[in-house]
Amino acid sequence: MSDVLFHLFAIFTVACALGVVFNKNAVASALCLLLSLVGVAGLFVLLDAFLLAVLLVLVYAGAVVALFLFIIMLLDMQGGDRKKFTKATIFSSTLAGGLLVTGLVSFATRGQLETDPTVPVVGNTLRAYAEQLFTVYLLPVQIVGFLLLIAMLGVIVLSKKFEGLDDIK
Amino acid sequence: MAVVTVERKPLTLWERTYLPNIAAGLATTFKRMVKPVETLEYPEVRPEIPKGYRGVPTLVYDPNGREKCVSCQLCEFVCPPKAIRITPGEIPTEDPNAHVEKRPQEFKIDMLRCIYCGMCQEVCPEEAIWLQQQYSMTGYTREEMVNDKKRLYELGGTLPDEHFKWDKKKAAEQAAAHGGAHH
Amino acid sequence: MFDFYFELPLWLRLVLQGTAVILVLFPLAAACSMAERKVSAWIQGRPGPNRTIAPFLTWIPGIQIFQKLGLFQLAADGGKFTFKEDPIPGHVNKFYFVLAPIASMIPALTTVAFVPFGAYFTQLADGTIQALPIALTNLDVGLLAVFALGSLGVYSLILAGWASNSKYPFLGGVRASAQLISYELSMTLSVLPVFLWVNAPGMPGTLSLFDVVQTQSQPGFWGGMWYVFLMPVSAFIFLVALFAETNRQPFDMPESEADLVGGFHTEYGAFKWSLFFVAEYAHMIVGSGIFCLLFLGGWNPLPWVPLQTVTDLIGITGNPLLSGLLAITLFLGKVGFFIFFFMWVRWTLPRFRYDQVMKLGWQKLLPLSIANLIVYALVIAWLETR
Repeated sequence: MSDVLFHLFAIFTVACALGVVFNKNAVASALCLLLSLVGVAGLFVLLDAFLLAVLLVLVYAGAVVALFLFIIMLLDMQGGDRKKFTKATIFSSTLAGGLLVTGLVSFATRGQLETDPTVPVVGNTLRAYAEQLFTVYLLPVQIVGFLLLIAMLGVIVLSKKFEGLDDIK
Repeated sequence: MAVVTVERKPLTLWERTYLPNIAAGLATTFKRMVKPVETLEYPEVRPEIPKGYRGVPTLVYDPNGREKCVSCQLCEFVCPPKAIRITPGEIPTEDPNAHVEKRPQEFKIDMLRCIYCGMCQEVCPEEAIWLQQQYSMTGYTREEMVNDKKRLYELGGTLPDEHFKWDKKKAAEQAAAHGGAHH
Repeated sequence: MFDFYFELPLWLRLVLQGTAVILVLFPLAAACSMAERKVSAWIQGRPGPNRTIAPFLTWIPGIQIFQKLGLFQLAADGGKFTFKEDPIPGHVNKFYFVLAPIASMIPALTTVAFVPFGAYFTQLADGTIQALPIALTNLDVGLLAVFALGSLGVYSLILAGWASNSKYPFLGGVRASAQLISYELSMTLSVLPVFLWVNAPGMPGTLSLFDVVQTQSQPGFWGGMWYVFLMPVSAFIFLVALFAETNRQPFDMPESEADLVGGFHTEYGAFKWSLFFVAEYAHMIVGSGIFCLLFLGGWNPLPWVPLQTVTDLIGITGNPLLSGLLAITLFLGKVGFFIFFFMWVRWTLPRFRYDQVMKLGWQKLLPLSIANLIVYALVIAWLETR
């Protein structure tokens, strides 16, 4: 049962992810992204990580994609012509794709995942998740939060037009 | 005149949350909700028509049952939207009302044209046409919306009269004829 | 008596339960539209729809009460919406235009799966009385699941606005997305103090709505207190955000019939249009339910009077069926009051301007909810470490 569901969700997720890339319409792409995120949430549910699944839907599917759509609609982006490939882009994208394939292949063939059933599931309950977050992963969480703050300040600075010193005050 | 500047008190913090005003508004609407409704349920309950209401123009009889209209056609001429059409007719001599000048053979008011201005009532020398309390005129066809003489009298009925102009005239003529014989 | 039910396979039971809840929710949401018309009429001094009746039912004595309440008008409206012509304008993006109303039903009908709407008592083998939730699923992350699925409701509005491919619906869709994002933050932050209070140290961490009600049904002054008394600011912020999330007046931005004709549903008609409204009312019902569970003690009849006191008094504590029915009735009564409150506010307050909505959301409610959270976190920390 759960194997069948895993395959269904996996195919659904990948198909929607491809839809994001290949759709010419930006709104349709965003909706494919939404469905893809829902598929990932379904995969999380199959892994008994209910909290992660719900958080993924709440934050990404609920808010972030809505924000994407808001911006797409505000900017009124219509498919438009695609830029022609230049030599630089062909080279760099081939390089990046090659690296990705190499990484995936090495991960699939040589990577070793611990399948130890005694490892507690931490994405399952709120308590287990929170404990991990505030003990083992406290430093990474703080660093990520700090980075996000810097990014937010950067966006504010970039999006405001400064004519002179008076504007900063 | 001296201008008195009334000092406007700044709103307190509590007032600036709008909550007291929202609560007051909710109280107002709730009070309104538990009061009985104002709506008149129309076809079953009819509105009270005030005196002097100008409804559908009608023709009336006098208390003796004589039709008051003498088909002078003044209303037809004065009618701004030309809604009235009158065909005048003679009164045969054997009729008890033979002393009256004329009476309409046909009297039509097109209610699709009528604007309820009341000028016909104003101009009528016989007080024969009245805008009465009937306020709803409906029909399925254009023809139904034209009131003919029969319908106009049905709507109008009998109104009290204090002049009895034509009866007085007849009495005076008879008295004159009688008196003349004596002199 | 009901043992045969528990011998059915699990999937069949789940399907039956789900269908039952949807079969209750869908007509309830439709009935709300009639309630709205009636409440608006009474507030404005009118009787509201009270004429319609099926002619073959007039012989039943006392049926005039339902006629006066507009019940048959509701049925007639439903029939009209189902069977009238449903044109699709030529300039729309057909696929998404048809998808939008269907998408609106998905979150509206799935969120109810996570809402417990009652509790029943069973006697365990050792004689203790245990309260069990009546809900489709009693997830540990119940509230988050409701928020997550409820937040998907905005996509139907955005899609409808965008697919309609004309100016007013488009503006309605843009407003909907901005408004929903703005108020979701305050809403989520406003319920955190409740869960800080519920999840005292040493307790198993939980976001379950059932547990929130259980902590409001304990004996004693603090145990029986409803959270609306304990955290009035949280309750207020949650209520305001709920109005905004369900697009109700005074936050009627996506629809704004004064300046946007009908907002996102300008181009819609007939059955598709009615689906949007059933979804809106379903959101209202679920939202009111969440508010009652979090702040108004769920199915407890009065503050400091838990359900079990009442069932003990009339002697039905040992009876799962009767105690469950009592709990559901009490809960639905509270939800019904909140539906009425939504309508009451709608016909009292004028609509905000769009900039006022944004200002209220970001500059007033969000700082207030953050301050509220910090204050309660400090107070609860002080109480726990004392």
